[in-house]
Amino acid sequence: MGEIADAFWIAFNLLLSFDKELYSIIGLSLKVSLSAVAISCALGFTIGAGLSVYRFPGHRLIIIILNALMGLPPVVVGLIVYLILSRSGPLGVLGLLYTPTAMIIAQVMLITPLVAALSIQMLEELHLEYDEFFRSLRLTNFAKMKTLLWDGRRGLVTVGLAGFGRAISEVGAVMIVGGNINHLTRIMTTAIALETSKGTLALALALGIILIGFSLAVNAAVMLLRSNSKGQRYA
Amino acid sequence: MKALYAFILILMTVAASFAGEDSIILQSTTSTQNSGLFDVILPEFTRETGITVNVVAVGTGQALKNGRNGDGDVLLVHAKSAEEKFIAEGHGEARFDVMYNDFVIVGPGNDPAGLAGTTDIVAALKKIPENRAIFASRGDDSGTNKKEIQLWQMAGIDAAADSGVWYRETGSGMGATLNLAAGMGTYTLTDRATWIAFQNKRGMKILAEGDPRLFNQYGVMLVNPKKHPHVKAAAGRIFIKWLTGQKGQSAIAAYRLDGQQLFFPNAK
Repeated sequence: MGEIADAFWIAFNLLLSFDKELYSIIGLSLKVSLSAVAISCALGFTIGAGLSVYRFPGHRLIIIILNALMGLPPVVVGLIVYLILSRSGPLGVLGLLYTPTAMIIAQVMLITPLVAALSIQMLEELHLEYDEFFRSLRLTNFAKMKTLLWDGRRGLVTVGLAGFGRAISEVGAVMIVGGNINHLTRIMTTAIALETSKGTLALALALGIILIGFSLAVNAAVMLLRSNSKGQRYA
Repeated sequence: MKALYAFILILMTVAASFAGEDSIILQSTTSTQNSGLFDVILPEFTRETGITVNVVAVGTGQALKNGRNGDGDVLLVHAKSAEEKFIAEGHGEARFDVMYNDFVIVGPGNDPAGLAGTTDIVAALKKIPENRAIFASRGDDSGTNKKEIQLWQMAGIDAAADSGVWYRETGSGMGATLNLAAGMGTYTLTDRATWIAFQNKRGMKILAEGDPRLFNQYGVMLVNPKKHPHVKAAAGRIFIKWLTGQKGQSAIAAYRLDGQQLFFPNAK
């Protein structure tokens, strides 16, 4: 029990000491996960809007697959990305393994299905609501997608945050493709795993507390931005 | 399609900015990383040569596999026969001895199987199943795991047959296995460096040590540039030469934790 109390004290001291190493690890964690979220949202929102507007054979199947992929184990994603980016893999010539880029790729693979599946659910409902309105205006499918995405933006922000939560907290994929290299690919979750393996449990837990704190800050910032845009809502 | 090309181009630029010519990837083991050795000797090497060494710390088995795939420039591992096989199969250029320490059996302070003070490792291991005690194995094809399997064979015990009974394979790193051993009160085999550096002992102690069969040799190898042309052979060779040379060897000998020397240089 003493260790849990210690952890809060260590976390507090670490944060206030402005330890350069700690802040660069936090910075990389945020950089990797926020990049992954940005790319995944671009992909996932497009897929989501596309699938709620277009109807074609196999439509249902794609949605079922995307829903299932929401539960992709990070370790499996890490393994797949490792095999692809390994020097003996198909994209080995790029030399991307053990770089932050590899970690972003792995997290994009991990969270795009989640972002896509959640946005389909949301945008499909919105589409039902807008159906007659769309028909009366004779909008093109592309225009429909644009309208859905814009009017659904508030819900999509939450979808993005769910993706961010999955990205910032995962360790299985980034450990394999990033290699937890000091000053290069070490992020909060892999640092926590490393400290745990050293048996320095209080420090590991302190890093965990700090990670949760920064996650909270990102969520709070996004929510604040969202509530400030309330006035523009008309749908 | 254009977007895809642009994306790949961006990836390549980003990758290039991260991996300069003056850095190498060292595939190594958790024992060398967790003990803090690298934190002390690698900055010294970088100061002298300007070459950064990026360490990926995994088990020896995985390090050898990654090396086989060409993912890494230099390997520093501890499983001599597996390393020699790696060289014989043409995956590595040449193997050099670097340093050694030893393995120890650690276990709960109350020592239910009565191992304390045993120097004959075979006799010590036999006591564990005889006294219905539990042994935690790495079970991950690491150097420590390979050594432990050899030791059970010497003791004439088919431990794997009792997997899940008194023989528990954690399938994870040394630190995770020690955490489990501390939590469950089981025996396990660890290298001395990881043990000394480990902070979550919870009353566990070294109970058997000193048998010459517990010798733990570390070797260094360059991944074969003939097989993997992207290997940074020049920088890798400089690192190997430094590590096995006078400066690297004395840096290894000088590293102490809690007043104890963790690794003993023995390059020829």
